[in-house]
Amino acid sequence: MLAVMRRDLLLAMRRKTEVLTALFFFVIVTSLFPLGIGPEPALLRKIAPGVLWVGALLATMLGLQRMFAADHADGTLEQMVLSPTPLGLLVAGKNAAHWLLSGLPLVVLAPLLGMQFDLDAEALGVLILGLLLGTPVLSLVGSIGAALTLGVRGGGVLLSLLVLPLYIPTLIFGAGAVQAHISGQGAGGHLSLLAALLALAVFFAPWATTAALRIALE
Amino acid sequence: MSNGIVNWFKLASPYSFYPVAGKMQPWFWALAVLFGAAGLWISFFVAPTDATQGEGYRIIFVHVPASWMSMFIYLVMATWAGIGLALNTRLSGMMAQALAPTGALMAFLSLWTGAFWGKPMWGTWWVWDARLTSELILFFLYLGFIALQAAIDDPRRADKAGAILALVGVVNVPIIYFSVKWWNTLHQGSSVSLTKAPSMAQTMLWGMLLMALCFWMYSIAMTLKRVRTIILERESHTEWARKLAEVGA
Amino acid sequence: MLRVSDLSCVRGDRSLFTGVQFAVEPGQWLHVRGANGCGKTSLLRLLAGLSQPAHGEISWDGEPVGRDGQAFRSELLYLGHHAAVKEELTAIENLQLASELDGVELTRAEAVDALKRFGLQGREDLPVRFLSAGQKRRVLLARLVARKARLWILDEPFTALDAKAVQMLGALIGEHVESGGMAIVTSHQQIPIGGGKELDL
Repeated sequence: MLAVMRRDLLLAMRRKTEVLTALFFFVIVTSLFPLGIGPEPALLRKIAPGVLWVGALLATMLGLQRMFAADHADGTLEQMVLSPTPLGLLVAGKNAAHWLLSGLPLVVLAPLLGMQFDLDAEALGVLILGLLLGTPVLSLVGSIGAALTLGVRGGGVLLSLLVLPLYIPTLIFGAGAVQAHISGQGAGGHLSLLAALLALAVFFAPWATTAALRIALE
Repeated sequence: MSNGIVNWFKLASPYSFYPVAGKMQPWFWALAVLFGAAGLWISFFVAPTDATQGEGYRIIFVHVPASWMSMFIYLVMATWAGIGLALNTRLSGMMAQALAPTGALMAFLSLWTGAFWGKPMWGTWWVWDARLTSELILFFLYLGFIALQAAIDDPRRADKAGAILALVGVVNVPIIYFSVKWWNTLHQGSSVSLTKAPSMAQTMLWGMLLMALCFWMYSIAMTLKRVRTIILERESHTEWARKLAEVGA
Repeated sequence: MLRVSDLSCVRGDRSLFTGVQFAVEPGQWLHVRGANGCGKTSLLRLLAGLSQPAHGEISWDGEPVGRDGQAFRSELLYLGHHAAVKEELTAIENLQLASELDGVELTRAEAVDALKRFGLQGREDLPVRFLSAGQKRRVLLARLVARKARLWILDEPFTALDAKAVQMLGALIGEHVESGGMAIVTSHQQIPIGGGKELDL
């Protein structure tokens, strides 16, 4: 499993542009909202959690197609499926690499963008924690969609249609956590629900992805 | 006894199911019309006028059954898809594929009637209450399923991929519903909610039940019709299907 | 040993082949022949477990090869049409990572050795995209020596190889078969190994 992770990370390091593009997308999209809505600080503070989370969702989705497409095209996916190592572990490795490359950078960038929205330090903390718990879920669940749409016509858009409804709970709890904190209710409940989602995803998503990969290769 | 079991399995092939579906169809259409007539009669003539909502509330006789059906059909669809995946049967996949558009229609109907109900009540076309929002997301799940199957050329792969999507969806629907409910109660302190049904008069309940039965019969009839078309399409390379096409059955 | 009975394969609406039957014992190898598009690749993919047959059974050492045949996969080496290499990684990195996936730790020295056998010395540390098509295929063929697998399923392994490499690969497969291994090979060209069974699709 570590081998798969290392390989993906090595590859990404040699082809940095794809990773960086998604990050720039995140920055640009979140900056669009104040431009579209108006710079009034109170309003910005209100929309900040939602905007940042939606931006993170969309940026993650950009990178989802990459997960298996390249491996499928050059034959390495077949080799992965035929390896004696259980495919579920290899899939988990790929998901982990994807998260390190697209989720973790979002977690790092988010506070900087949050300051654009005039969020205070504690709120930023809740945002970071939420993203830390939520972005792995996005990678895990997104990989199911990526596997299902491997090599299918209309791939990218179809992938979004499939995966966005499944992302909604993560969005609600993640953004909700920050909002709950700001309104004084405390983010504990939301964050624990995010953690529960993460646990569910870690246990079940690789199964679905494995099944979908095998179907895609038939 | 053994005859019964053998017959059931024989039914599982598209070839034998095709004529059976054809014979069953008219019965379900008839039942749908029957239940629909009864339900509409009750909803328009028997159920009392609501004190607060006037006549407009009668649209719940379409809205609520449609919601029930949309969720029920998703469950049935996922079950058929799951069976097809586990037992590798062709017909189960075809049933799932046939159910999806009707389910999507029910969800769409529920959303529209929800909007029409909300407008005279609260002055807006859309209310972000937990049930309507979940219904919207269910609609997206249906669309995703249909789109995925449409995009994959190989019917076997389409069946199996759709099955995984449907199963993942079924697991997610409770999670989504719960999260939307949570979201809704947090943001809307007031109880503007379509789920706050007025205390149900007996007749109202009957009306909704009859309409639900009507939609159920309609769905079955529609699905049987659709699955026959799908069977013909998919089995078009076999002898019996080609003969049927020639005869114009 | 690999045993196949009454195998049939369907692609979309077409039935590619039906009723295929054969067995490959240790020390034997099978040459699958047939025109283009008649299902040679599909057959090999069925044997490797990548797809499911429409009908029939494949068994390895008496056990049917289901989807979760982990024991089977650990004894199998499959090389398909693709070179299955990552272009941005060097030959050594490709080989080492592929071996790790197979559960085999390959030291750098061993990897260099394997690549040398396939005529790639001096090119080990180049990103693979700088190699020619034939050299790319040789990188993954090097896995044949890097890992002990009883059954080799090779789909057109001789493509893009020059005469010397063809001879060397032939000798390699011959050695493998002689020492008790099994191989199933498709090829358009003449295979320079003696004494194989033949299957015409």
